[in-house]
Amino acid sequence: MRKISTLLPLLAAIATGWAAPAWAELRIQITKGASEAVPIAVVPFGWEARGAEPPVDVAAVIAADLASSGRFAPMERKDMIGRPTQPEQVRLEDWRLLKTDVVVIGRVLPAESGRYELQFHVFDVYRNQPLMAYSLKAPADNLRGGAHRVADMIFERLTGIPGVFTTRIAYVTVEKSGDNSTYRLVVADADGANAVEIAESAEPLMSPAWSPDGRRLAYVSFEKKASAIYVQELRTGQRRIISSHPGINGAPAWSPDGQQMAVALSREEGNLDIYVITLDSNEMRRITRNPAIDTEPTWAPDGSALYFTSDRSGGPQTYYVRLDSENARRVTFEGSYNARPRVSPDGRSLAVVHNDRGNYRVALVDIRRGTVQVLSDGRQDESPDFAPNGSMIIYATRDAGRGVLAAVSTDGRVQQRIAATEGEVREPVWSPYSR
Amino acid sequence: MSMHRLVLILLAAMVAAGCASRDTQPDAGSVFDEEDMGAETQRAPGEGGFEEGELGTRPEETGEMPARLLEETIIYFDFDSSSVRPSYSEALAAHAAYLAENSGMRVRLEGHTDERGSREYNIGLGERRSQAVRRALMLQGVGATQISTVSYGEERPAVTGSDEEAWEMNRRVEIVYLR
Repeated sequence: MRKISTLLPLLAAIATGWAAPAWAELRIQITKGASEAVPIAVVPFGWEARGAEPPVDVAAVIAADLASSGRFAPMERKDMIGRPTQPEQVRLEDWRLLKTDVVVIGRVLPAESGRYELQFHVFDVYRNQPLMAYSLKAPADNLRGGAHRVADMIFERLTGIPGVFTTRIAYVTVEKSGDNSTYRLVVADADGANAVEIAESAEPLMSPAWSPDGRRLAYVSFEKKASAIYVQELRTGQRRIISSHPGINGAPAWSPDGQQMAVALSREEGNLDIYVITLDSNEMRRITRNPAIDTEPTWAPDGSALYFTSDRSGGPQTYYVRLDSENARRVTFEGSYNARPRVSPDGRSLAVVHNDRGNYRVALVDIRRGTVQVLSDGRQDESPDFAPNGSMIIYATRDAGRGVLAAVSTDGRVQQRIAATEGEVREPVWSPYSR
Repeated sequence: MSMHRLVLILLAAMVAAGCASRDTQPDAGSVFDEEDMGAETQRAPGEGGFEEGELGTRPEETGEMPARLLEETIIYFDFDSSSVRPSYSEALAAHAAYLAENSGMRVRLEGHTDERGSREYNIGLGERRSQAVRRALMLQGVGATQISTVSYGEERPAVTGSDEEAWEMNRRVEIVYLR
């Protein structure tokens, strides 16, 4: 694995959450924020640890995270009156004049073995009272991760929803050079920083999938001139092939317990069907047996059933099949195309690729009621994936002829555009919570 | 008797050529089979002109066609379809004849789709197209072991772009001769 970017320069424009561009860096831009975004001031943290310069501007990371959710509008530093770092220095009546609802202050102290201690306090300006006071330790090489964790805690305290700022995303990039293309599988922090190349090939890479423990990625690679499914350990870079049958090997999906992989295989008969592979024994079980194209399996959260795409009724629709039966039942009935399902963490909805009057868009299907709510507004939107807190969906789209990523909140109120500084980006998948 | 039979064969061929095809061209294939060639050699010159106009020139007759037809290695498809268009009958017949005569030669049929819709489903669609071309070749005498298929779905477009022109050029099967 090669680290593509190392340090990021300090963030200047906190409110828009921009990160400085570097090779294959992702740049996140809020294109639609919640209209009632909470004004918040995240005061630069005091630095009392070793070294003259902090390696990370902790307050900037926290503010950018909160801004990226679309629910908070951080104050610019030039508008701040004073830079308190400890609670006794805070005069809430002054902050009230600036019309900010919440003030966050903190400082970074040295801890044992080169680690850092982050202390922070959160105040409710209008109720004139402290909301949170907390201290956490960050490892010597990951102060930035500590800042993300602080952002998670503040986000959860203020919204009731767990934050996803310490999670990661994996995605595929394609760079063309004349007739040749280079495909890469990349992992980055959820805010686009620390992009690391996981795999690279002159042949297509596709369908990345995170293991439930966040330590491995499964993906499809055509490097042997035919599709095969690989599982790669992120820490070591070691990988093994878990499926390379004749024909198509595609659409890997990890079971919630990480022990099994649902896949789509065509094998010698040339007909695409769903199978489940037990990873440590390589035993395989066939789940669908149908002349239609059956593919894109995804697991129900309790691991007892799969949702998948099938065109057995004419066009691609989403079906549900319990693993102990072979009877699949159709789940989507609105529209001529509802493919590539992903289940929400609470198991109640599906994100699908839906054909909306000729446009391919991301839609949310209420599983019980069957209703479809279109969430995105592009023409070639695809590959939706839920954040582990269920509140955002990341997906791939096109902007000015280029493949880019986007994210939308499940209530539709917040939209982000996420572009790579070079090449095309596609197939984003959101990691589970970090452990 | 032979003329009567000739007309019947001719009528069957006309009907076959006019029928919309699904995935394969079994009737069109029979136009080029040995029985028909036998009938052709028996016909009188006056009747042959009419027949040739309907069926088009066949490689066996002119001798110069095979090379041109063998250069036609890309089969294009309609949106959401894996039916091989009738216009490819001649080219497919030429490839089939060549492969049937050279049983050591192998081809890989590479199936593709346009960019619309989800990627893994498109892998399935691309494979369906490859399989349709494979069946067409096998029906004309090519051995199963001479043909392999692969699908790239939308992953290897021939033309970049998000308009009808680009999409048309990407819905295809490429016939690749292997060493």
